[in-house]
Amino acid sequence: MTTGKHLAFYASFGTVLMLLAVTAPLALAFGFFSATGSRAQFAPLRWVSQTYMALVRGIPDIAFFLFFVIALDQGIEWLRHQAKCPDWSEPIRQGNDFIVCAAAKMPLNNAPESVHQIYGFALAVLTFAIVFGAFAGNVLAGAMNTVPHGQIETAEAYGMSHRQAFWRIIVPQMWIYALPGLSNLWMVLIKATPLLFLLGVEDVVYWARELGGTKNIRFTEYPHGDWRMWYFLALLVFYLLFTKVSEIVLSRVTRKLSQGQATAGGEALRKAGAAP
Amino acid sequence: MSCLQTVADYGLRSIGIGERLLPRADITLCEQITLIGSGMLWNIYFGLLAILFGFFSATAMALAKNSRYKPLRKAAEWFIFLFRGSPLFIQFFFGYFLFLSLKQSFPLFDAFTSAWIGAAIVLWLNTTAYSAEIFYGALQSIPKGDIEAADAYGLSGWKRFRRITWPTLLRLAWPAYTNEAIFIFHSTTLVFFSGFPALQQKGDALYYASYFADKTFNPFIPYPILAGYFVCVTLCIILTFGAINRYLNRHLPSSKRPRLRLRPQVIR
Repeated sequence: MTTGKHLAFYASFGTVLMLLAVTAPLALAFGFFSATGSRAQFAPLRWVSQTYMALVRGIPDIAFFLFFVIALDQGIEWLRHQAKCPDWSEPIRQGNDFIVCAAAKMPLNNAPESVHQIYGFALAVLTFAIVFGAFAGNVLAGAMNTVPHGQIETAEAYGMSHRQAFWRIIVPQMWIYALPGLSNLWMVLIKATPLLFLLGVEDVVYWARELGGTKNIRFTEYPHGDWRMWYFLALLVFYLLFTKVSEIVLSRVTRKLSQGQATAGGEALRKAGAAP
Repeated sequence: MSCLQTVADYGLRSIGIGERLLPRADITLCEQITLIGSGMLWNIYFGLLAILFGFFSATAMALAKNSRYKPLRKAAEWFIFLFRGSPLFIQFFFGYFLFLSLKQSFPLFDAFTSAWIGAAIVLWLNTTAYSAEIFYGALQSIPKGDIEAADAYGLSGWKRFRRITWPTLLRLAWPAYTNEAIFIFHSTTLVFFSGFPALQQKGDALYYASYFADKTFNPFIPYPILAGYFVCVTLCIILTFGAINRYLNRHLPSSKRPRLRLRPQVIR
């Protein structure tokens, strides 16, 4: 249970948690930008953010994950190729091959294995952030529109500019309206993490398959039959616990944010506070 | 080779009819469209099966969750939590290896490790859990007056359920259930990436799309084709479910009918 491979298996749970820790803020940032963009007064910016949200939300899930990783990879290599090898004469797409000069490879061919892994992980994070950013953007845009209109009118009556009203009135108040959508998204994000496996990262699914497979006495210290079922059962329980804990935490946060808000939840809290 | 010839060769390739070898070099657009389309047959098969069986089992599960009998209620709650709280991807893996282990002890489970039945069962259970939650929510929000009126008319038991509860339940749940149906179709793409083997390269649409992306190093053609097919399937679902929605609400004036609101989602 403590061989090198098993340690890698335990560490891969860390990979999942790290992915969540990095992706969630990044996706939220993407979402915030696109939501703000969709309300911008500058039309092209509005169009770009609205197209981004519509496009990502309309196309099926997993295809996007597979597509983005290759597309991003090729895009980065293409840009580096343009910058580093300007005198390269052959076309990049030769029939079925995508060929860039050696200096433009990302990561470089002679880079150590860990760099390759980190690069793969970073691509995965970016892909997740792009996809979930569009969903978060949709939620946040909805939340911004739900902030009661009277609030904005009051802000304007006090002489606040458009920008001031946005930052001081809408942004602080929108979270309670965004929270149900965002917590739903967080649950979906947790359940999307096993897809790391498809993106070529050595994650929990990879190790569960590796370690659970039939072990032979000649090759390992712990021979056993096909234990993949039990390994995946462990993963199933891990995810169940994780979603349960998130559910409890999120319901607390909702309660906290509802305080003093002009919503049914806030009203209930106010009454409960006033009663005794 | 003309495009018609390609369609004849690869049109039913995903169910094992036609040319055995997949195209390897000089892959044409026609071949990509044909093969990915042929793979869609599997997606449609899994999706339809899951929706058909899932609909009835989800109704039963929602009723069980609403039941006054505690063990039944708890069992339904646990079932729903189990399938909604964990990733479908892991469920596929677990299901596959579970069937694999069962197969070794009971020859009865021989067929279950192949996708056409094993994956269909996992999908069915999964959609049961998600739809049951939708139906349960609708069951909770059936207007009290409806039930009271049914009581006043002397309806009870099965008759009340059949005439009053169930139609109202469906009316309330239908917009959310449409999204669930779209979603289960999208989820069928996970099947061949999660343990279930694509024997003799008989896979679904995404399997062929990623095959082409691997062979040509060019994701910009197969994935948009795949997306195109899925947009078509999604449109068909919307049309069908929209027609059912109109049928369910045929007693209402058209301005008062609940509209289907599409809420696309990511992976489950």
